Amino acid sequence: MSENEIMLIDPHIHLVSRTTDDYEAMKKAGVVAVIEPAFWQGQPRTEVGTFKDYFNQLVGWERFRASQFGIRHYCTIGLNPKEANNEPLAEQVMELLPRFLAKEGVVAVGEIGYDDQTKAEERYFSQQIELAKEVGIPIMIHTPHRDKKAGTIRSMDLCKDHGMDPNWVVVDHNNEETVKDVLDRGYWAAFSIYPHTKMGNERMVEIVKQYGDDRIIVDSSADWGISDPLAVPKTAALMLDRGLSEETVRKVCYRNALEAYSKSGQMAEQDWLAGVTIDQRQTFHKSTVLRGQEPRVEESASNVIQ
Amino acid sequence: MGFCGLGESIGYQQLNMANDHVDQRAVKDFLYELLQRQITPSGREWLDQKLKQVGGDFTERDFYLAFGMVPRRIGKGPLEVPSAEREKAEALLGGFAPQFWTIEQTGRTILLLQIAQQGVGRFFEVVDKLFSTAEVGELVALYGSLALWPQPETQHGRATEGVRTNMTVVFDAIALNNPYPYSYLSEEAWNQLVLKAVFMGRPLYRIYGLDARANSRLAQMLSDFAHERWAAGRWVIPELWRPIGPFLNETYLQDVAKLFDDPDPMQQEAGALACSQANLPRARELLDSKPEIKSRIESGALSWEDLGERLWASRKG
Repeated sequence: MSENEIMLIDPHIHLVSRTTDDYEAMKKAGVVAVIEPAFWQGQPRTEVGTFKDYFNQLVGWERFRASQFGIRHYCTIGLNPKEANNEPLAEQVMELLPRFLAKEGVVAVGEIGYDDQTKAEERYFSQQIELAKEVGIPIMIHTPHRDKKAGTIRSMDLCKDHGMDPNWVVVDHNNEETVKDVLDRGYWAAFSIYPHTKMGNERMVEIVKQYGDDRIIVDSSADWGISDPLAVPKTAALMLDRGLSEETVRKVCYRNALEAYSKSGQMAEQDWLAGVTIDQRQTFHKSTVLRGQEPRVEESASNVIQ
Repeated sequence: MGFCGLGESIGYQQLNMANDHVDQRAVKDFLYELLQRQITPSGREWLDQKLKQVGGDFTERDFYLAFGMVPRRIGKGPLEVPSAEREKAEALLGGFAPQFWTIEQTGRTILLLQIAQQGVGRFFEVVDKLFSTAEVGELVALYGSLALWPQPETQHGRATEGVRTNMTVVFDAIALNNPYPYSYLSEEAWNQLVLKAVFMGRPLYRIYGLDARANSRLAQMLSDFAHERWAAGRWVIPELWRPIGPFLNETYLQDVAKLFDDPDPMQQEAGALACSQANLPRARELLDSKPEIKSRIESGALSWEDLGERLWASRKG
């Protein structure tokens, strides 16, 4: 496929851990917008201030950094389940959340959910569902790596208990074992194409063949681990190769994510269709990530570094 | 506030004492008038309601939410400011130029000015917290309006810190078309601002008070920067020579002489403009070598302002 023909969204990627090469490659492969969910950083934080600065980075520097590569950056803000288990810290983070959830470009509360499925995790998960309802934005659910199927069902049950409309909830990191329940109950089912642990993209193709393209969302979850920031473009290409229609690819790699997260009122196709002309002052002479170099227009085969 | 700027002792605000007496209410009314032409009735209704709320007994949470929600309630995009209104802005505060602002920035500034009338202590309490969790657009509104706040002289440490940002749009809100740095930054902080603008490739002609605050230390820093760029075989922005012009000496003249041999006409113009600011025989000689440029300078057709505008118009395309 000519990759640039289809606009793509990666609705789950941790760009604070990625390089500018990744941004360039994503742009080139047709990614027009990304969603960066707040999550843990590979090791547990010990101070609330580091959460605040992390959230600031998501609504500030990272958004700007993405814009320098012509990619629109959105984020989700939340207390992740792993760190919910440090209760004294979790309490402080919960106090911080309302100050971020109404900010521009914050499209959901997330990633929230279960990790070890502890009582503490459940308490903060519940509180954050209520926050999402209060602010009027969707939820992005992280389903656990261990005891996944039970954790996924339990997550949906908790949403139901809180009267959360399934259409406002994206359940992420699905696999063959969870997808049917999630779709049957009316939730959005997202899949992280993440080598070795979550999903491979050949399996993804089979899932779409089996379950269709409604309410299915493909993402990379690329982060600081061995992961692939081009997982969405590669999966889109593979789907076309394996005979899925362009319309289907458009839905699972673009439109479904847009539909789910635009319910926040913070994400619209117009944001990237209108592109940089919305405010030229923001992107006029890209310079800071480039540190004085001229923007790279095309890949060079030369070994000369100017 | 916790800010103790290095330039405390310099007290540059004395240069422009008039800025200490900005009438916040008048500025707020003026901005409101501009804004209401461009927003929908429902946007205006929301803004009126929030102004009423934060004009009374408000909670901080009310304010943060309102401040954050501005773009989704009243919209986004450039603020339109007709030329007559630009003069009014200038009369309210020299250098105040809302024609470079956005709709959301204006809405947020109106909210800030509303709470500024509730007492300075409360205002700075709220503003401190706002800064600590502000996103890009919010930072633009905060830094862009510093000069309009009560007791603006207390904020020079904040502005100095803000200049360290690498987010272009935030840097621009402080550095470009904003009278704050001119009036309140210490010489060290001012010089960093100008040098950083050069480094980031920002239009120098949009820095308010650039000529008035030219100084010999800045000239030296800019000249060193040009040498670094030349050594690396890189392009040097012609506007760099503008603050050097008033301090031309034999050493800088050797640099400027090189511009006259540059194939780029704008580099030649920059060299000629710098020479026209000096009263040195060698500078006059150089200027005489380009009679066409010299006559345009003498007739007023060529100025630093005009060079800057043309340069940045061409780079935009």
